Amino acid sequence: MYVAVKGGERAIENAHAWLAEERRGDVTIAELDVAQIREQLSLAVNRVMAEGSLYDPDLAALAIKQARGDLIEAIFLIRAYRTTLPRFGASAPVDTGAMACDRRISATFKDLPGGQILGPTFDYTHRLLDFKLAAEGDVPEAPSREAQTGDVPHVTGFLNREGLIEEAPQDDTPPPDLTREPLEMPADRALRLQALTRADEGFTLGLAYSTQRGYARNHAFVGELRIGKVPVEMDIPELGFAVEIGEVTLTECETVNQFKGSKTEPPQFTRGYGLVFGQAERKAISMALVDRALRWEELGEDNLGAPAQDAEFVLYHADNIQATGFLEHIKLPHYVDFQSELELVRKLRNAAGTGQVQEAAE
Amino acid sequence: MQAETLSGGFADPSLHSAHAFRSVMEAMARPGTLQDISGAAPPAPLSPAAGAVLLTLCDTETPVYLAGDADTDAVRAWLAFHTGAPMTGPSHCTFALGTWDALTPLETYPIGTAEYPDRSATLIVECPTLDAPSATLKGPGIKESAMLSLPEHDAFVKNSALFPLGLDFIFTSGSRVAALPRSTEVLCADSKPLSREEGSA
Amino acid sequence: MIEYNFAYLDEQTKRMIRRAILKGLAIPGYQVPFASREMPMPYGWGTGGVQVSAAVLTPDDTFKVIDQGADDTTNAVSIRTFFERTAGVQTTTATQEATVIQTRHRIPEEPLNDGQILVYQVPIPEPLRFLEPRESETRKMHSLEEYGLMHVKLYEDISRHGHIATSYAYPVKVEGRYVMDPSPIPKFDNPKLGDMAAIQLFGAGREQRIYALPPYTQVTSLDFEDHPFEASKADHGCGMCAATDSYLDELIIDDTGGRMFVCSDTDYCEARQAAGHIGKDNGGKDAA
Repeated sequence: MYVAVKGGERAIENAHAWLAEERRGDVTIAELDVAQIREQLSLAVNRVMAEGSLYDPDLAALAIKQARGDLIEAIFLIRAYRTTLPRFGASAPVDTGAMACDRRISATFKDLPGGQILGPTFDYTHRLLDFKLAAEGDVPEAPSREAQTGDVPHVTGFLNREGLIEEAPQDDTPPPDLTREPLEMPADRALRLQALTRADEGFTLGLAYSTQRGYARNHAFVGELRIGKVPVEMDIPELGFAVEIGEVTLTECETVNQFKGSKTEPPQFTRGYGLVFGQAERKAISMALVDRALRWEELGEDNLGAPAQDAEFVLYHADNIQATGFLEHIKLPHYVDFQSELELVRKLRNAAGTGQVQEAAE
Repeated sequence: MQAETLSGGFADPSLHSAHAFRSVMEAMARPGTLQDISGAAPPAPLSPAAGAVLLTLCDTETPVYLAGDADTDAVRAWLAFHTGAPMTGPSHCTFALGTWDALTPLETYPIGTAEYPDRSATLIVECPTLDAPSATLKGPGIKESAMLSLPEHDAFVKNSALFPLGLDFIFTSGSRVAALPRSTEVLCADSKPLSREEGSA
Repeated sequence: MIEYNFAYLDEQTKRMIRRAILKGLAIPGYQVPFASREMPMPYGWGTGGVQVSAAVLTPDDTFKVIDQGADDTTNAVSIRTFFERTAGVQTTTATQEATVIQTRHRIPEEPLNDGQILVYQVPIPEPLRFLEPRESETRKMHSLEEYGLMHVKLYEDISRHGHIATSYAYPVKVEGRYVMDPSPIPKFDNPKLGDMAAIQLFGAGREQRIYALPPYTQVTSLDFEDHPFEASKADHGCGMCAATDSYLDELIIDDTGGRMFVCSDTDYCEARQAAGHIGKDNGGKDAA
C-alpha cells in the first residue's frame, strides 16, 4: 500500500546538522577563526563586502566561514543581514582625490603628480605555486617609507583642463537607491553605477571583456586606478557640521575612452567609471568598461545591439543573489506544473496520432 | 515639545499597525464594509481612526496634504514626530486628509499615469458618520451590491470612470473605517452611473 | 543575539508593502512595483509571498503554507517554521482553520471563505514576459491594453496543435482590463480565481511586483469562441481518497513504471480519508 512521504521538518533539521559538520571538516585540524579569514583571505572578504553592499570586514569574514567559502552564499548572508539594519542617514560624498593611496597607477601618463605607486599587487608575481606557503613561516617585513601627504589629483582632471575629455560636472542630486525603490527603466547613470558596484564580479567581467572583443568596443585606457582609504563623513544636523565617522578602503577606476565626436560635440575623450568597496581592481575596471558601454545613448552613439549596451539586460541580470535564487529554485518541487504538462503532451500526442490515422485513411 | 505631540502613537507599533492595516485592507478589499480600527489618539480634530490610518501607512516616503481644519500645528507636529511624513500640497501628495469639503475639488490630486496607475493619491476623508448608507456600490470586492454612506455621488462616479487611473478613498469616523477604491462603480438611488467611455471623454 | 521585529520585516518595509497591497486591491490585476527586500531565503523560493504574508499577518492569525498543494513539502515546512519563529503565529494544515494561506502553485480544493487571505508566491509576474522580455515594452502594452500578442501566441498553439498548449500559469483577464499571470497554478485551478470569497494577494520578490484580486472579482481565462477555455486534470480518481473532483499528482510506484494518482492537496485528501472515503490504492474497492 502506498504511504505518502512525510517528515519534511526532520529532514531539514538533519540536513542542517550534517551541513554544520561538513562545514567544520576534520575536527583534528585546527578551526579557522573569523580574524584569520579577515586578515588572510582579505580579497574574498572585499568581494563579499562589495557585492553584499555592506562595509564590515568582520561580518564578511564570518559570512565566508558560515558559507564554507562559497562567496555568493556569503554575499547572500550579508545582504539578508543588511536589510534588517536601521538607517541613520547618508554620508557626505567621499573625496577620492584625498585618498591615502596604497596603489595608484595610470596607463595613460608615464609620470604625473602623486606618482605611480605599484602597491600590493599580483600583477608581476610569476604565477608559480609557492610551496613554502604550504609550510608555516613568517613573512619578512616589506620595505616601507614615509607616507605621502596631500591630495593625489585625478588624471582626468588634467585632460579636462585642456578640454580633451568630456566635462563631468558635480551633481548634487541625491542618487536613486535600488535597495529602497524598485528598479525602473530607463535607469540614469547614478542608478546604473549603483547596480554595477554590487553586481556579480564574473558577470561584470564577462560583459566588460565582450566590449573589448568588439561587442560595442569603446577603446578604454585605464586613465587611473587607485586603491586606498578615504574618510567617511556625515552631516550631523544637531551639530551643524560634518563629522568623520570612519574610513573605508575603496578601489576607483577611471577609464579614458575614444570618442569621435558628434554633430554637437567636438572630438574628445569620454569617461567610464568604476568604484568598489575594498581592493577589487578587476571588478572596478570591469565596471568602468560596462559603465562606458551603457552610456551610448547619452553620448549619441549607435546602438550596436551589444549585450553591454543594453541597460535593461545588464541591470536585470547582474545581481548574483537574484540570479542564483531563481536559478536554484528549479530544484524545488514542480510536480503540479509538470503534471499539467504531462497531461498536455499526452493529449497533443493522442491528437497528433489520431490526425495521422485520419490522413492515412483519406 | 508638547506632551500631545509625543503621546497618542501606537503603544506597540508593530502589533497595532498590523491590526490597523488588516482593517484598512479589509475595507479596501470589500467596499461598503465598516471595520473597527484603534490604537491611536491623535490631536483634535483628527478622529482616532484617521490617526490610526496615518500611523499605519505614512512615513518619510509619503508626502501628506492636510486639508482645511486638519492642518493645525498640533496635527503637523504629531504627524512629524510619529511618522516623519513630509507635508505637501494636494498636487504632490500620497495621502491627503480632511473633511470632504476641505478636500474637494478633486482635480488637483495625482491620479497616476497610464503606465503607473498606482502613483495616485489616497484621500482619507473624515466623516461625521458612516451609518447613513446613501449609495449603492458594485464591482470588485462586492458579491452583488453593497451600500455605503458617501458625502456626495458625482465626484465618485467621475473618479471610477477614470479607471485604471483615479483616486482611492478611505473614510474615517470615530474608530471606524470604510473605503472606496477607484474600481468601484457608484450608483445612487435615482441616477444611472456614467459609462467608462463617457467618463473619460 | 539579534532580536528581529515581529514577522521579521522592519516597520518601514511593512508600510511600503502595505501601501502596495492597497493599490493592488484598488487596481485589480495591475502589477504594483515595490521595493522588495532581501529576505533570509533565496529569491525564487517565495520571497514575494513571504514579504506579503509578513505585511498582513497579525498575532491572531492562523497560518498555513502549501507548496504544490502539500503542507509537508520541504519549502512549505521551511516557510511555516520561519513565521512560527518570527511572528509567533499559530499554524495549521487544515484549510478551513487557516486565516492566511501562503501557496506555491495551487489553490486549495476546499472553497475559501471571506475570513481568509490567500497569498501566492509568484516567480514571473508578467504574463507577457515570454513574448516580450523587455519590461519597458510590456509596461507600455498593459497601459495601452495592447494584448494582441498574447492572443496571437494562443492562436498559434491552436493552429499547430489543435489546442492551446499552455497548461499552467494560464493567463487571465481581470475585470475586462488587465491581463494577469495567476502564478504557475495548473489551469485546473483557474476557475477558482474569479468570484472567490477570500482576498487573493500575489507577491513576486525578485521581480519586485505585488498584485491582487479583491473578493468576487471577475476573472476570465483567455480563450476563443471556437476554442473555449477548459480546465483539465488527469482522468482518474484519487488512489487514496477516491475523489474525482481534485487535482491529481501522478506517482511512479514500481520499477515497471506502474502509476497511481493522488490528490495534490494533502489536507483535502486526508480529510476525505478521515471521513471514510477510501481509494483503490488504499485498500478500497474501485474509485468512486
